[in-house]
Amino acid sequence: MTTTIPTTIQEQNNIEQSQQEVTIDQTAKMQAINVNAWFGSKQILKTVNLAVKPNTVTAIIGPSGCGKSTFLRCFNRMHELAPNAKMNGKILLDRENIYDRQTDPVQIRRRVGMVFQKPNPFPTMSIYDNVAAGLKLTGAKKGKQLDDIVKHSLEQATLWDEVKDDLKKSGTSISGGQQQRLCIARAIALQPEVILMDEPCSALDPIATAKIEKLVVDLKQDYTVVIVTHNMQQASRISDYTAFMYMGELAEFGETKQIFENPKNKLTENYITGVFG
Amino acid sequence: MKSPTKPQKQTQKLVKHKITGDNLFKIFATIIAASALIILIITGYTLLKGSIPAIQNFGLNFFFGQQWNPVEGREIYGILPYILGTLVTSGIALLIGVPLSLGIAIFLVEMAPRSLRVPVSYIVELLAAVPSVIYGLWGIFVLRGWMVTYVETPLSKYLGWIPIFSGTPQGLDIFAAGVILAIMIIPTIASLSKEVLTAVPNSIREGAYSIGATKWEVIKRWVLSYGKSGIFAAVILGLGRAVGETMAVTMLIGNATGPSAMPHSLFQSGQTMASLIANGFMEATTGSLKLSTYLGVGLTLLIMSLIINVGAHLIMTRVFKVKGGAIE
Repeated sequence: MTTTIPTTIQEQNNIEQSQQEVTIDQTAKMQAINVNAWFGSKQILKTVNLAVKPNTVTAIIGPSGCGKSTFLRCFNRMHELAPNAKMNGKILLDRENIYDRQTDPVQIRRRVGMVFQKPNPFPTMSIYDNVAAGLKLTGAKKGKQLDDIVKHSLEQATLWDEVKDDLKKSGTSISGGQQQRLCIARAIALQPEVILMDEPCSALDPIATAKIEKLVVDLKQDYTVVIVTHNMQQASRISDYTAFMYMGELAEFGETKQIFENPKNKLTENYITGVFG
Repeated sequence: MKSPTKPQKQTQKLVKHKITGDNLFKIFATIIAASALIILIITGYTLLKGSIPAIQNFGLNFFFGQQWNPVEGREIYGILPYILGTLVTSGIALLIGVPLSLGIAIFLVEMAPRSLRVPVSYIVELLAAVPSVIYGLWGIFVLRGWMVTYVETPLSKYLGWIPIFSGTPQGLDIFAAGVILAIMIIPTIASLSKEVLTAVPNSIREGAYSIGATKWEVIKRWVLSYGKSGIFAAVILGLGRAVGETMAVTMLIGNATGPSAMPHSLFQSGQTMASLIANGFMEATTGSLKLSTYLGVGLTLLIMSLIINVGAHLIMTRVFKVKGGAIE
């Protein structure tokens, strides 16, 4: 190791040099290739590569500030909405780069839905309209057809029985756990291919958390789920694959069982066993 | 270190009504706070008492009459044209001012780069500090000419068959007064709306983007919808300013009196209640019917302002809070 402290530019050059030749994974639903991301001059992600298999739950774990939320937000082009946000690299959805110049982020976000850390149903809209909002934007579905999709989405989010008599009430009139399932129903209603979840249970109590966890496992029948979580037990319970991120880099990725039982990277082992975190 | 000494139990007699600094401050603050209400009551009382002779003399015709005859012995004063003049000029101000103010607020909060947001907001707020007589001067020497050449003449030429665009444009008319009012209420409405839009939680925008809304849809269906009660309040405060605004209106409205002040066309001279008082109070001698009339106009203006403010408050709390159930 050299003793000189590299400047930011040199660091970035090193990053450029460390770009790997990545082959496109033909079986992946989504694939991140050499993704770098910045807020202003601070680099958050450093050459992250990850392939997400269809109809699986992929968990992204890691200590706070490791860039896992930022990484998730690159998957549906939400990252670029933040002020001073930059990114480069590719993210493929069905082998097509979502950052292509011709790609409309609006279309990407309809195919890749998102559930946020804090439940954020729309307070000015009824429960029904919260679910229907995305479909109403295009105006493609109306009347009975729309009713059916709203019902089906709420059923899939296991919320229908609890709210079927209160569909006219405000989206924020229900409990926090119900609100989060409403947000999941809102994402489902658009029939996305991938659902991204950014610590969806961190603001919820254990019972609500258990419901969401069960729901996530059910959802992989129809969707591909990528979930960021602080909770390692949660990751081991619900995910098929786990990615461990540390300081903006992907430290280790593999099947959940292997990551938790037989981690190859010392950092992963330390994190999972609670040496730091 | 030794163990801390045990607190000694002290028995103390309760002293009632002891005047402490706290109590003094409380009394002082109460008086100060009450003075706002007292000033309003005294003002209202003075106006009411002073206007009784005129209202007794003319009855309902005081409010609904159009005549204005100051010749002593044959005095007739009806103030309907000025009530309508106030409403029409304020209405024009809102029609022009609200969309512009909202545009400014939306641009500043949703679109402007950060480096632009702060200086532009500051300049918009600074416009509220420009004295109204300066707006009036600018209105007479700059705006009037523009209005006649580029707005009023073409409008009367091509749309003159519509009653509200009839007449010969002079530039000292109801339309010009409405436009200057619009400019004057923009800083109020824009800066308050900006605060309202800034307060819309980012999580709502993110939620909307995540279901494939475009920027315009996010603003239209989510941001404005969330902020509507606040924006409504901002508009009402702007209306309050427009109704009472005096100097610039007096300089631009043409100051007609009597039936000719009835606002039939935008391009005729008119009169608002505020400008009527500003124009005539010097001539009103103590104890005259004319003074009583001016006080009656002042009373009507005060009541109108109170109704606007109280009504807006009621609408905001009742309609928006109860119906929405979620709008803070």
